[in-house]
Amino acid sequence: MRIVVPLKQVPDLVEELELSSDGTDVDREFLKFVVNEFDDHALEEALLVKDAADAEVVVVGFDEPDIDQVLYTAIAKGADRVVKLTGAGEGALDSHTRAAVLAEWLAGQDVDLVLTGVQAADDLDGQLAPLLAARMGLPHASVVVSVDAKEGVARVRQEFSGGAGADLEIRLPAVIGVQAARQPPRYASITRVRQVMQAGGIEEAAAAVVSGGPALTVRRLYPPEQTGHAEMLEGSPADVADRIIELVRAKGLLKT
Amino acid sequence: MGSDVLVLAEHQGGSLADVTFELLGKAKEVAGASGGQALVALFGNPGLASELSAADLVLSMDDPALASYTAEAYEKALAHVVSERQPGLVLLGTTTAGLDLAASLSAAWDAPLVSYVVGLESEGDALVATAQIYGGKLMAEVALEGDRAICAVTAGSFPAEAGAGAGSATVEDVSPPAELGAGLRTTFIEMLVPEAGDVDITAADLLVAVGRGIGSEGDVELVQDLADAMGAPLAASRPITDLGWLPKSRQVGKSGVKVKPRAYLMFGISGAPEHLEGMRDAELIIACNTDAQAPIFDIAHYGTTADLFDLLPALTERLGA
Repeated sequence: MRIVVPLKQVPDLVEELELSSDGTDVDREFLKFVVNEFDDHALEEALLVKDAADAEVVVVGFDEPDIDQVLYTAIAKGADRVVKLTGAGEGALDSHTRAAVLAEWLAGQDVDLVLTGVQAADDLDGQLAPLLAARMGLPHASVVVSVDAKEGVARVRQEFSGGAGADLEIRLPAVIGVQAARQPPRYASITRVRQVMQAGGIEEAAAAVVSGGPALTVRRLYPPEQTGHAEMLEGSPADVADRIIELVRAKGLLKT
Repeated sequence: MGSDVLVLAEHQGGSLADVTFELLGKAKEVAGASGGQALVALFGNPGLASELSAADLVLSMDDPALASYTAEAYEKALAHVVSERQPGLVLLGTTTAGLDLAASLSAAWDAPLVSYVVGLESEGDALVATAQIYGGKLMAEVALEGDRAICAVTAGSFPAEAGAGAGSATVEDVSPPAELGAGLRTTFIEMLVPEAGDVDITAADLLVAVGRGIGSEGDVELVQDLADAMGAPLAASRPITDLGWLPKSRQVGKSGVKVKPRAYLMFGISGAPEHLEGMRDAELIIACNTDAQAPIFDIAHYGTTADLFDLLPALTERLGA
C-alpha cells in the first residue's frame, strides 16, 4: 500500500505577523515557518499505518522556506521517500493551487491513501483534503482521529462536535484530513536528522503548471479590532494569585 | 451574483444544529438585499423541515444513503441541488460536515470559497466576507464579485434567532440523484458518543482549563491540583485532549463542548477561535498567558502574563491545599 502525505509550511503563530506593504498578505521575509501541525499528525498516522500494514510512506512538500529540514526529518521518522515539488510559483500557494498541482503529480503515483492535515492556519480558501479528493474523484473524510487501512479499505473515525465520533469504512484510494494521530507525533533526534541530511534523498519533481480555479480577491488583512480588553492584573505571582482568589470568591464560587 | 442563498442544514440525532439557524438568518438578510430567496437543503430526516419555516423554500431530499452523514453522499446531494438551483451563495458552517463539503463543492462547482467567515455584508452586487485566519491573529476582508460563491462560517458568528422564527416556508421534495443509488465507496458503520461517567464540565459553575502552555503531560498535575483545591473540574483545549493528556470529555471548543460557567480560569491557552467558540459566554473569564498579545486577552475579563508555573502553585497554596 502506498500512502502519500502532503505537507506544508505555515507561519509560526508564536511570532508577530507583520503585513506586506500592500496589506493583502503577511510579510514573509522575516517570518519563521514551521510545518503545519495537522500535517505532522497526518505523517504520524501514516507511519502508524505503515507499522501495522507494511505500507510505503511518501511525503511530498512544495519548495517553501525550511522545507528541506522538514523532509529530512520525515525520513528520520521513517518515511520511505520524500519529494519536493519545485517551480510552483512565487509566494504562498493557496489551497486550490496546491490541490491542482498535487492532483497532477498524484495521477502518476499509484497512490492508495492520501493523509494530510485537516486544515492549516492560512487556509482562507478552504482545506486541501476535500479539494484534492474532488479533483481526483476520490472519497474523503476530514476531522479524522484514527486510520486503520488494509486490503483496499480504510476504517476511520471521524469526529463531530461534542466529542461524538462516526466510524466509517472507505474503499481505497481515498483522501483523509487528519485532525489528530492516535499518538503524539514521534520525535526524530537532531543526530539522526543530520545523518539523513548527509545521505541526501530528497527527490525533486517539477510542479505542473495548472490553474487552481477561481482565486480569492483579498482586499486587506488587518489585526482584529479589540472591542474590549482584559483588565490586566499586575504585580508578583503572589499578588496576582490573591487578586484572582478575591475575584472568584466574590462570585460565591469558593467553599472557603 | 445570482440572488438566492442556499444553506446546508446540519442535524444530528434528530435535532438541527444551532449553526443552521445562524446561517439561515444571514441567508435571509443577504437574499433579501438582492431580491432572492433563502433556501435550505435538508438531507435525510425530512420531519425537520417544519423547524426551518423561516426559510423561503426547504429542499428536502431523503434516501437510504442519507440516513447518516457521510461526505460522499452529502456532497453528491449538495452538488445536485446546487446545479439545479444555481444559487449565488452557498453557506455552510466550519463544522465537520462543512470542512468536508465546502471545499469539495468549491472544486465541483468551480466557485470561490472563503473559510472561517465571521462577517458577511452585501456591497451593491458584490459580497464582502470577513474571515479569521492565523489562529485569530489576523482578519481577511475578501470581495466576492463573480456569479457564485461559498462561505464556510464559524459557528456563533450570526444570531440564531434571525433564522429560528416561524415563517411560511414551502417544502419541496427533491428526488435523489442517480449517483446516490449505487457505487458509493463510503459506508457509515456506527456513531459513538463519549462515555458518560467522567465529569460533565457543562454542568460546572467553575472551571479551570489548561492549554498547550503547560508544556508537558507531567505538569498537567499542577493545574489538576488547583482544580481540586477549587472544587472545580479540569477542562482543556484541543491540543491537550488530542495528545491524550486529558479525556476528550474535558475538551472545550468547537470540536469539544460549549460551556457557560460562572467563572472560567484558563492557563496557557492562547484564545484561538476554535476554543473561544466553546467558552466565550462564561460570566467571568480570567486568563493566564505569558504572551501579552494572545487573542484571549481581547475577550477575557481579567488577564495576567504571570508564568503559570509561578501562579498555579501560588493559587493552590492560598486555597489551603
